[in-house]
Parts: sequence; C-alpha cells; structure tokens
Amino acid sequence: MTTFLLLTVTGLGLAGLYFLVASGLSLIYGLMDVLNFAHAAFLTVGAYASWLVGTELTGVLPVGVVFVVALLAGLVVGTLVAVLMELGLVRRLYGDHVGQVLLTVGLLLAVTALARAVFGSDPVRVVVPDWMNEVTRIGGAAVPNSRLVVIVTAALVFAGLMFFLRRTRYGLVIRAGVENRDMVSALGIDVGRAFTLVFAIGGALASLAGILTGAFFGTITAEQGTSLLIFAFIVVIIGGLGSIPGSALAALAVGLLQQYANYYGAVGMGDLIVVAMLAVVLLVRPQGLLGRVA
Amino acid sequence: MTTRPDHRVPTAPENDPPDAATPILRLDGVDAFIGESHILHGVGFTVPAGQITALLGRNGAGKTTTLRSILGLVERRGSIDLDGQDVSGSTTHDVVRRGVGYVPENRDVFAGLTVAENLRLAERPGAGHRYDLVHELFPRLKERRGQRAGSMSGGEQQMLALARALLNDDNRLLLIDEPSQGLAPNLVREVAVALEQMAQLVTTVVVEQNLAVIRHMARRVVVLDQGRVVHEGSAPEFFEDEALTQELLGVHHGGAHR
Repeated sequence: MTTFLLLTVTGLGLAGLYFLVASGLSLIYGLMDVLNFAHAAFLTVGAYASWLVGTELTGVLPVGVVFVVALLAGLVVGTLVAVLMELGLVRRLYGDHVGQVLLTVGLLLAVTALARAVFGSDPVRVVVPDWMNEVTRIGGAAVPNSRLVVIVTAALVFAGLMFFLRRTRYGLVIRAGVENRDMVSALGIDVGRAFTLVFAIGGALASLAGILTGAFFGTITAEQGTSLLIFAFIVVIIGGLGSIPGSALAALAVGLLQQYANYYGAVGMGDLIVVAMLAVVLLVRPQGLLGRVA
Repeated sequence: MTTRPDHRVPTAPENDPPDAATPILRLDGVDAFIGESHILHGVGFTVPAGQITALLGRNGAGKTTTLRSILGLVERRGSIDLDGQDVSGSTTHDVVRRGVGYVPENRDVFAGLTVAENLRLAERPGAGHRYDLVHELFPRLKERRGQRAGSMSGGEQQMLALARALLNDDNRLLLIDEPSQGLAPNLVREVAVALEQMAQLVTTVVVEQNLAVIRHMARRVVVLDQGRVVHEGSAPEFFEDEALTQELLGVHHGGAHR
C-alpha cells in the first residue's frame, strides 16, 4: 500500500510537471496555431537562470530566500525570452507552419547546445530549502516534500489559469481567440497583444516547470526540456488542443499510468502505455478528451 | 429607445435622414486577394450615411470579400475611406474601433462562450453599451444569457451576431453578411424587422441573397459581378426594373436567386 501511495504521489508530481509545460503549449497552439518546439527552451532557460542566481546567492542570503529569489529570476528570464521570441521571430511566421517548425526546432536545438556549452553536460544540483529534501509521512509512505511542492504548485497554477480564462477579459479574449481569431479582431480586439500575453504565460509556466524539475529530480540538465516536451505534446493531444482542463486531465492520466506501468510492468512499459493511449485517443476521439471538433 | 419589433415586413423610410447624402464609406479601386486568387478588381462605390445599402450579386461575385476587404480581413489594395479617414492600411481591430459592427456570413458566434460572454467580448472600451436595446430587439438573448452560444438554434445565433454588432453605441456603420441565410421563414421576418430597427440607428450595408428581405428596406443598391461593380444606384428603381434585376442577378421580379 505504501508503495502504491508513493507511486501515486510521484505520478501526480510528474503530472504536475507535464501540466505546467502542456498548458502553455496548448494555449499557444490553440490560439496561435503555432506548434512551438522552442517551448522546451523556455524551460531550459528558466531552470538555468534560476540555478545561476541560486548559486551566486548561496551563502549570501538564507537558503529559503535564495530559493524564492532564484525562482522569481528564472520566471522573469523565461518569460522575457518567450516574449522576445514572439515579438521578434514568431510574429513574422504566423500562418507559415513550415517556417514555424523550422524556427522553433532550430531555437530548441540552439538553446540546448548553448546550455550544454555554457553549463556542461553533467547534471547540476539546484539549491532548495532543506525542508524540501525531507519527507512527509502519508499513510505510512515517506513522501519527499519536493513532490508535494510540485503537486500543490501545479494545482494552484491550474486554479489560477481557470480563474484567468473564465473571469478576466483577457481570458475571455484568449478563449474566443482559440475558436476564431479573425472574429475576435472583427470585434475591435488587438489579437496580437493576446498572442504576446499567451507566449508570456507559456514562457512563465515552462520556466516554472524547469525550476520545479530541478527541485523534483534534484538536478537539471540541458536535455531535460526536450524529454519533458515530448510527453507534454502527448498530453496536449490527448487532452485536446486549447483546453486547459483537458491538459490537466491528460497530464494526470499520463503521469500516473507511467508510474504504475513502470513499477508493476516491465522497464520502459510506462512510455509504451502512454504512446498506446495516445494512439487510442487519436483513433477514438481525435479532438482529444476535452477538445472540440474543428 | 426603440419599440418592441412587430412581425410586419419592413418598408423603406418615407424620408431620408438629413445627412443621407454624406457618404460614410467610399471605396475606390479596391483589389482584394485570397491566397493566390485575385477576387476584387477595382471595386468602387459609396455608402451614404443613414441608409441601408444592399450589396448584391450572384454567388461568387465578391460580396463577402468586399465586406472583408473593408475590415482588412483579406489582403487588399486601393482606397477605403471611412468617414473621411483612409483605412486601407489599417488592421482589422483599428477599422472596427472606428465604429464598425460586423455580422459575418456564418454568424461566427463563439460556440464555447455563453451568450453573455459573447456580448461582453463585443463591448468596446470607451463606448456605451446598448444592452437595453439589444434585449428589447432580441428578448431571447436575455433569457438565454447563461447558455452556450454553440447550443442555440441558427436563428438565435443570428440574433446574437446582430446584437454583438449593435451593442456599442459609437458604431457608425454595420456590415451584415447574409443575415437570413439558413433561417426558417418566420425567423427571416424577425431578423428583417430587427435589421430595419438597427438601420434606423446605424448606417448599414447588407449582403443578402433573399431579395424579398432587402427590397423593401434598402435605399441604395450596389451590384457586383465577378469582382467588379456593374451597377450602383437607387434601390427602388433597381428593383422596379425587372429586366435589369434579371440581367444582373438572374432572378425573376421579387424572387430569390436561382
């Protein structure tokens, strides 16, 4: 039972990371029709910016303060990179899908290579408060606090996104824009601003995922963004493009199934099951669990 | 404030408003493109203020593209003068913010949003919002404000699309594309009455295939054929000339397009 509990909490933590990456991807694709492979670059940039600031401040400030400052620094840098990328590069390629793929894949490869060149190939250890390395007993299982932090953060982000999308005017614009961008413009709304805002949100969430990945696994690497991106894409497709609740639901399914299958089945079974689930969803419900038929 | 609409087929106003001769919209030499296709070829016409102008033509004549050109929803060249200002280089949201309401051909209400959210999205900052008028013209929208637009009937969606265009009190021009398309006859009458009421407040350009809807309310007519203006003038005179309507639209007197 304790093993099952531990697997469940770990699966929920993974689901939280997948959700943080997938929700931004889903909004960007749903609103802007941009398949943004460079999303993983935001994660990498945010994670390393946070690590850099954390390392520089260690010993200067209390660890808890260092963690918060490093987190904020990572978020700001990741968001800025996303905004600059949208304004400077992606904006010129709206409607040009081939150009978008070439650009965003190129950016991902470039940022990954740059991170490896600057920070090295070895994993780097992130600075977290001591209590995050401790465990909490839940039903007899010793659950690492870092996993609980990821789960709670993802839940708060989900609630915040839902509030933003349902209760604010910009949220309304984004929901409408996912359905029909031209008609949103024809109501006198500058959709370009909404595009930038969505990229900023996506960049912030991906950065947060990068920073929390460091807390979850204890280290960060230049390639972790790419591996998370693959599962995030699967989550987006299973959940339904443009649907935040869909991404949350799919992230839960993928994270939990992966953990259970990897433990109770053969090694690597988790990834296989996730890909099989993707195939089934595409065959039975191509628009995704909570997506709408185009 | 307008009165509750009845279900009579509307008739054109007896007298034109005082500023009827002033053009609110003037197109001159407008070319439009969709992808590689050249759709409009040097389109030019004027829309006088305070009237309904009917934009007519056979299928594929370029009527919808003309409305979309005015809004900048398709690539266009030429001069588009809206109330004295050239908007041919403006973005769609800039054109609309100058006081244009748009009802597209297929309504394009946001299916996943409620009626209230659809209307809230149409609210333009700085403008007054005519909710009283909208609810008076379309009382069903008030009853169904919490309902998702995608779950409403075609007629109700059309009412929502019209309400959205009418909502802002600084709108000076309405561009309405095929308002009766796909509606049951009783709803067509209801929409026609609403159109007439709306046109008393705002200058309106209507694309309409159903001539029975438009012939009694339009004061001016512009006919397009293969992306070119082939006739522009008084609507009553045009509709009285059976030979001309037959030649330009391929319809018998008073009928719909074949």
